[in-house]
Amino acid sequence: MSDDLTRISAAALADRLQAGEVSSVEATRAHLDRIAAVEPAVHAFLHVSDEDALATAADVDARRAAGETLHPLAGVPIAVKDVVVTRGVPTTAGSKILEGWVPPYDATLVERIKAAGLPILGKTNMDEFAMGSSTEHSAYGNTHNPWDLERIPGGSGGGSAAAVGAYEAPLAIGTDTGGSIRQPAAVTGTVGVKPTYGSVSRYGLIALASSLDQAGPVTRTVLDSALLHELIGGHDPRDSTSIAEPLPDLVGAARLGANGDLSGVRVGVITELQGEGYQAGVLARFHESLGLLERAGAEIVEVSCPHFTYALAAYYLILPAEASSNLAKFDGMRFGLRVEPSEGPVTAERVMAATRGQGFGDEVKRRIILGTYALSAGYYDAYYGSAQKVRTLIQRDFSAAFAQADVLVSPTAPTTAFKLGEKLDDPLAMYLNDVATIPANLAGVPGLSLPAGLSDDGLPVGFQVLAPAKADDRLYRVGAALEALLENEWGGPLLAQAPELEVAR
Amino acid sequence: MSHAVVDLVDYDDAVARFDPVIGIEVHVELGTRTKMFDAAPAGFGEEPNTSVTPVSLGLPGSLPVVNGTAVEYAIRIGLALNCSIAQTCRFARKNYFYPDVPKNFQTSQYDEPIAFDGHVDVELEDGTVFRVDIERAHMEEDAGKNTHVGGSTGRIHGAEYSLVDYNRAGIPLVEIVTRPITGAGARAPEVARAYVQTLRDLFRALEVSEARMERGNVRADVNVSLRPTSSSPLGTRTETKNVNSFRSVERAVRYEISRQAAVLDAGGAVVQETRHWHEDTGTTTSGRVKSDAEDYRYFPEPDLVPIAPDRAWVEEIRAALPELPAARRRRLQGEWGFADAEMRDVVNAGAVELIEATVAAGAAPAAARKWWMGELARTAKEREVELAELPITPAQIGALQALVDSGRINDKLARQVLEGVLAGEGDPEQVVVARGLEVVSDDGPLLEAIDAALAAQPDIAEKIRSGNLGPVGAIIGAVMKATRGQADAGRVRELVLERVSQ
Repeated sequence: MSDDLTRISAAALADRLQAGEVSSVEATRAHLDRIAAVEPAVHAFLHVSDEDALATAADVDARRAAGETLHPLAGVPIAVKDVVVTRGVPTTAGSKILEGWVPPYDATLVERIKAAGLPILGKTNMDEFAMGSSTEHSAYGNTHNPWDLERIPGGSGGGSAAAVGAYEAPLAIGTDTGGSIRQPAAVTGTVGVKPTYGSVSRYGLIALASSLDQAGPVTRTVLDSALLHELIGGHDPRDSTSIAEPLPDLVGAARLGANGDLSGVRVGVITELQGEGYQAGVLARFHESLGLLERAGAEIVEVSCPHFTYALAAYYLILPAEASSNLAKFDGMRFGLRVEPSEGPVTAERVMAATRGQGFGDEVKRRIILGTYALSAGYYDAYYGSAQKVRTLIQRDFSAAFAQADVLVSPTAPTTAFKLGEKLDDPLAMYLNDVATIPANLAGVPGLSLPAGLSDDGLPVGFQVLAPAKADDRLYRVGAALEALLENEWGGPLLAQAPELEVAR
Repeated sequence: MSHAVVDLVDYDDAVARFDPVIGIEVHVELGTRTKMFDAAPAGFGEEPNTSVTPVSLGLPGSLPVVNGTAVEYAIRIGLALNCSIAQTCRFARKNYFYPDVPKNFQTSQYDEPIAFDGHVDVELEDGTVFRVDIERAHMEEDAGKNTHVGGSTGRIHGAEYSLVDYNRAGIPLVEIVTRPITGAGARAPEVARAYVQTLRDLFRALEVSEARMERGNVRADVNVSLRPTSSSPLGTRTETKNVNSFRSVERAVRYEISRQAAVLDAGGAVVQETRHWHEDTGTTTSGRVKSDAEDYRYFPEPDLVPIAPDRAWVEEIRAALPELPAARRRRLQGEWGFADAEMRDVVNAGAVELIEATVAAGAAPAAARKWWMGELARTAKEREVELAELPITPAQIGALQALVDSGRINDKLARQVLEGVLAGEGDPEQVVVARGLEVVSDDGPLLEAIDAALAAQPDIAEKIRSGNLGPVGAIIGAVMKATRGQADAGRVRELVLERVSQ
């Protein structure tokens, strides 16, 4: 066991904090030091809140010393994706249009993190407004994959995944609209969970596509994700799409799974999410994992979800349509960037146009144009209406599949991390990264990605587990079991095989 | 702004040759404690931009949550308008960029209104009942309020800058849309006015809004079109926006009928457009042309789950509906024993509540009506105010009538007491005391006055003594004059007869 407080899991750190072996200030300072050391290479953060984090840590230490009963994760530092609003801390969603905006309120999940006493280290980089699969669409520079700094960390939540993967934070918050938690987890060798839609409050998430967005945990272990999911999840009256029921026992499920026994669990392999377009190394690791599950007692069945073929097309109508409306509020009138036209009258309409013209990046503009078109009178039925029908068919596919299997599995992403710049000029190739993750968002079901080993190129491969809505506990049971089986094979976590980063002095 | 000179067709001529069709959209601000989608107080007259939350400012990350009370109020309105209540309905986003809409979309109901297919009976001043069909009543949020600074007209054109107050943004509204109102003919303006007035009364009776026109709690958009005959297809309509008083609704419809008739007479075509109403001149002017370019890109609001009002709840609301204004008027007319024409006058004078309160204060209905529709109506007319605005309360009228009924004052004195109350001299009792207006019941002063009168008119005294009682009135009159009306005329007569027979 390393003495380095940044190398251990959140659960292990929490145990040591509770045992009084280390203080939160020590743990927080260790992570801030690590951030200072590796950020020049990784650039996972857009804003680091050292003072606030240390103040929270000191407060938690004092309360612990006074004998207060604290949340199990109290004192464990966390990083938050910059799409989540944080009172008094700049929040940009990776966009120039929000440069300098300091929110006057906290997202519900941030309130819960603060109430539990987790020091917030800072805000992590992301594709602008969460549009992208590589974090290259951030207005504030690229984030680099800790496994290979020339490669993308995935997206949109590349910052959160890289921060966790580079030991800058044991926990991070991501958001997943079409795979933005799971795909970065896959390509950085970390764990990410997109909870059931409505499991975690969306209040305070800068909306990309309201019917698809869901916040969730980004961690290095399955148990850590369960712990964080339980902290941020549960009903919130400020989000009317929030589920008004208690969460299932997620941590219990993760602990149960860790014993490696999956007897009686039916695992459905989705026919449509393998084969063409998937790297050989990705498929090899996927099938090896299936073998481990089978040896652990799981029953492997093949299930077909015929309409998944249309998921990507439907997604790229529904998402832009909702985004075009959600992003309308960024107009220079009330907050954020305001650009006055360089010539001619300064009218509200012209200020809005100039602000949006300068404030939004190309990918955002591309999707706003797409969505505006899809919602236009005369096109609505053909585009948005048809996409919603496909969505219903995908939900039916899931229902039928879950009648045959308790969980469904697939590779998380078809490939390992590609090179920075490689797909930047080819939006369609970029969109294909999310082909395996998007169906879960369209159906509102939960999904988890965990590392399944390294591909032939030496880069991490992700294994995705999907469960029925409100059965997030199944993700944790199966995920924790596979994690235990794989680490047993590897002799430790996959991340231990990552190259050590050059540390700035 | 240039006002083109418009030739109007004489109204009677216009409606003799064209069949007007109207349609009215009424927006009512609900009197809920908080806004439609957030917890900001839905107050009035607060400092600008203080009744706001991240939601009503449309800040990034904020989410709407539907106000349950607003839904209940909308259902109340729907039920009172004899509408069906949707089993399930959704909100939609109406997308357009304008600074008073903080999200740059308005959350409204589009193709799934909470209430639809209803009707309301509207009573015109002469008692004719006209049925108006309701297409739908739907929920939405109000926009903020723009103030254009600089420029002469207070309009955006020519202004130097504009200020936005988001206190009003997110106030719950219900919009009630009629089906095309046909068959009103020349009475279309009157029907329009009576319809809006009927809705206003309904909102108050339902206690869903204070429904104060002058505060903009109730706003009407009036659509008007003309066609050659009642069997012709509907003509092109104009929509005159924000007509905010009963009288203006009537005038705006009337004006549009005359204007459109002139356009058609000149061989022109009515342009489908929104028009502005000018209270000062009683005219409308062209606003913006409604074209296909205006595409609100409606789609279902993904941040809100559908509303599915529980049927049992809807029936509870129906059962708890208060007595509606028309039924109440019928009941009160029966209780009060007023003739149809009398009741109509009372209603038209806006005196129903006043008489009801006066009766509650103890006065007989006929007496209450006599005061409010007589002396007080005249005073209100002289002062050019509404009856309810007179500085006198139903309780005071009740007390006044009680003084009459007890014989302490007579009708003539009562009018003086009323004058005193209206002049701010206090309650009737105080005025009686202060002005010394009580009926004189002591015979002494009366006998003195009688003797004086008899002495002053010896020929009349003689006639009475000889048994001719005809001229008694002259003596009584003289006595009343001498006592400044404070004598009981009956008693005076008795005493006069006693005196001459002695």
